[in-house]
Amino acid sequence: MADPKPGNAAPAKKAATGAYTPVGVSPDRRSRHKYTVRLWAVRHSRFFEWFYNRFAAAFLLLDPVWRLFGYQRVERPVTFVERHVKGFLFDCRMCGQCVLSSTGMSCPMNCPKQLRNGPCGGVRANGNCEVEPDMPCVWVQAWKGSQNMANGNAIMNVQKPVNQSLRETSSWLRVTAEAAAAREAASGKDA
Amino acid sequence: MAHIDENPLGPHLPLDPQPGHSSLGRLERVLRRGEFAVTAELNPPDSANPEDVYERAAIFDGWVDGINAVDASGANCHMSSVGICALLTRMGYAPIMQIACRDKNRIAIQGDVLGAAAMGVCNIMCLTGDGVQAGDQPGAKPVFDLDCMSLLETVRIMRDNSKFLSGRKLTTPPKVFLGAAINPFAPPYDFRPYRLAKKIEAGAQFVQSQYCFDVPMFREYMKKVRDLGLHEKCFILVGVGPMASAKTAKWIRSNVPGIHIPDSIIARLEGAQDQKKEGKQLCIDIINEVKEIEGVSGVHVMAYRQEEYVAEIVHESGVLKGRKPWTREPNPVDTLVAERLEEARAGKEQNQQEMAEIAAQHPH
Repeated sequence: MADPKPGNAAPAKKAATGAYTPVGVSPDRRSRHKYTVRLWAVRHSRFFEWFYNRFAAAFLLLDPVWRLFGYQRVERPVTFVERHVKGFLFDCRMCGQCVLSSTGMSCPMNCPKQLRNGPCGGVRANGNCEVEPDMPCVWVQAWKGSQNMANGNAIMNVQKPVNQSLRETSSWLRVTAEAAAAREAASGKDA
Repeated sequence: MAHIDENPLGPHLPLDPQPGHSSLGRLERVLRRGEFAVTAELNPPDSANPEDVYERAAIFDGWVDGINAVDASGANCHMSSVGICALLTRMGYAPIMQIACRDKNRIAIQGDVLGAAAMGVCNIMCLTGDGVQAGDQPGAKPVFDLDCMSLLETVRIMRDNSKFLSGRKLTTPPKVFLGAAINPFAPPYDFRPYRLAKKIEAGAQFVQSQYCFDVPMFREYMKKVRDLGLHEKCFILVGVGPMASAKTAKWIRSNVPGIHIPDSIIARLEGAQDQKKEGKQLCIDIINEVKEIEGVSGVHVMAYRQEEYVAEIVHESGVLKGRKPWTREPNPVDTLVAERLEEARAGKEQNQQEMAEIAAQHPH
């Protein structure tokens, strides 16, 4: 039988009535992760912020290339790379609308409640998650990460709800396409 | 003397809108007048009997300005908050409808907001909700389509812009006073005041806090809140409640997420002869301490399964200063319902031919 998790009302009773649960598996099957890389990324949020700014600029420079092939056609390979790179670094959940730069490089979709606007009221005194007692709260980490960043104040912005229809799409390409469109609109105004 | 929160033309009429107010409710009036507000939480019944709701609400008669209708608190299944609000507004109580993001997506939530406002709910409280693991059905699917912040923003857009989140227009916007929750007693402590600022930006007009047992910690939090000037933009109600015994307090501390109870409180309860009485006294003492803190506009008494003590606690702490909260609030459709009932009682004869013709010519 699974360990009765703290923060879980009458766990023994629930476990007795529920189905067999393997040891060490949380309701969301995330306790297998060790969070090491994710936490490392948050500790180095300043570097990632710097890198991401360069990276976004490079992607924007490549805009003619994306257009040559067509944004639709590069979507699949770019999404593949994005999923694996961000999956390794941030435990990315491919929501398709990345807010890492506003959340101290701690991916908010790893929060069991998928909160995008700050921590819930259930954070444990040791800074761990209410739902998953072994996981450091994503938002406690986000606050720490944002303190290192040059533009850490972005954590104060109220984020819109996730558009679920954009799941599993590339956030990098979307941001680039939007930036390119904005650039064109601006240059169109100047001319 | 006519009561201050009463329509001058008669108590049976709905309240007039006031300039600068976003709802027609009494809670907003009380808070905006600068009076110390008291709200309480109704223990939702596990039954389909309306009497249960009325019985539990009657305990608060004349003691509270608003009754929180909880939305499956602690992820335990109970009568829904919409259902409780429907019953309460029918009886003229002023409910504060809680909406938790755990169980409903944005489509259901926006529909509920309209339905609630139509029934006469004037106060809506936007919560994220406890995780499903905390409740009696841990195998349920956690929805969390919106979070409390985007929920606040959604209802604010519906009210102020008369629009759904999608941009589709509403013919009549919901006139509601928007609330949110705060928990100053959980990490990251530095971020908590800023989170309140975010909630205010998203639309919160009043907030109710989690149980406050650590007054020094709360004072520290309020200092930061005042530094940010947030107490002027939003009414802060402090959550308080009696603990039945030291054992209960210990259980709550280790089993209910987000409740911080210092060891000194438990020691005080343990040392008492009559722990229940001591728990009540402790609650009164905390109210007396927090009411003096600048920026506190009221208390939210959460006396789970001890609702009968709310009157005593409110009375003994003297926070109402002799003010008697109005017990009944007329529902806008009261007269319409009365007319309809009268008509049914009179047994007016129905001519079906005539009725069909009228229906056919109806513009909609």
